[in-house]
Amino acid sequence: MAGLTGRMSTVVKAKVSKLLDRAEDPAETLDYSYQKQVEQLQNVKKGIADVVTAKKRLQLQETSLQQQVVKLDTQARQAVSSGKEDLARVALERKNIAQTELQSLDTQVAELESQQEKLTDSEQKLRAKIESFRTKKEVIKAQYSAAEAQVKISEAATGVGEQMADVGLAMQRAVDKTENMKARADAVQELEAAGTFDDLTALGPGEDDIDRQLKSLSSKSAVDDDLAKLKGEIGAGGPSGETGELPAGGEADPVGEPTKEQSA
Amino acid sequence: MIVRISGEDQYLLEDSLHDRLNQLDSAVLATIDSGDEAAFDAAFKELLDFVRAQGSVVGDEEIETSDLILPPDDITLAEAAAEFTGEGLIPD
Repeated sequence: MAGLTGRMSTVVKAKVSKLLDRAEDPAETLDYSYQKQVEQLQNVKKGIADVVTAKKRLQLQETSLQQQVVKLDTQARQAVSSGKEDLARVALERKNIAQTELQSLDTQVAELESQQEKLTDSEQKLRAKIESFRTKKEVIKAQYSAAEAQVKISEAATGVGEQMADVGLAMQRAVDKTENMKARADAVQELEAAGTFDDLTALGPGEDDIDRQLKSLSSKSAVDDDLAKLKGEIGAGGPSGETGELPAGGEADPVGEPTKEQSA
Repeated sequence: MIVRISGEDQYLLEDSLHDRLNQLDSAVLATIDSGDEAAFDAAFKELLDFVRAQGSVVGDEEIETSDLILPPDDITLAEAAAEFTGEGLIPD
């Protein structure tokens, strides 16, 4: 068969024979195969652990972003009730970005979840085959002549080898996906920490003027809570310069509200 | 014949189904050449579904060598195309 299937079959078979090439006599094939099988099983376990670790890391990021969303939402409400529409707009825009990131994280966590399931399933299959191989090799040793045993053992080793190659492929794919996600998570975290990009730093620990303003507004609202509420009820959404876009961090105060740097 | 879906199971299929399998595989190949992602997904799913529907699963404890091996069900068009040009699905 020439197509995709044929190519895939050829590649796997080549891998399997490479795997078994190193053994010369039947006893060696047997020992070598079995040793390789057990090693592979350990690898799969490690692979699963790596996927779980990556998943946990993404889930931590999710928790942090969820808190950010709640915070920004609160700040937006406070800004509205203080008549600071610009500030409310900024908070809502950032909340939006955080939510978009959250959705993307959700997808990635789900993807890793599915990789984990696949690997766990593969591990069980391989374990069953290895156990079967172990039993079979005793039967072969007891019942067949040396020449026959060699053929039978090669067959069995090839069969298990195929399963090993398949698990290897599943692991390779899981590792690739995990690496991609790690790289992305690292990038997001770096941006957050560096405070260089508004649309991302606003979600993290990096503070800029807008954040400080929002923060100052929060603490002020805590103090002047009643006053702010009253303002909101009476003349909601006072004067505002509609900027429509996210101001860059460090730019001049867009609302004309004095920034209280010390009030964090 | 025994057909493996990578990352899934081995299936035992009637030898007489080989031609149909070949047709489905060629259809997948055509979508790879065209670069149409949706068409590829559909054609590849049809191939996998055919094997799942027509075959019976080979038990985990049975040690059999496959006659044919299909790529995993979540393969992308780009990965499938790479199969033919470079590293392929299984790097050395």
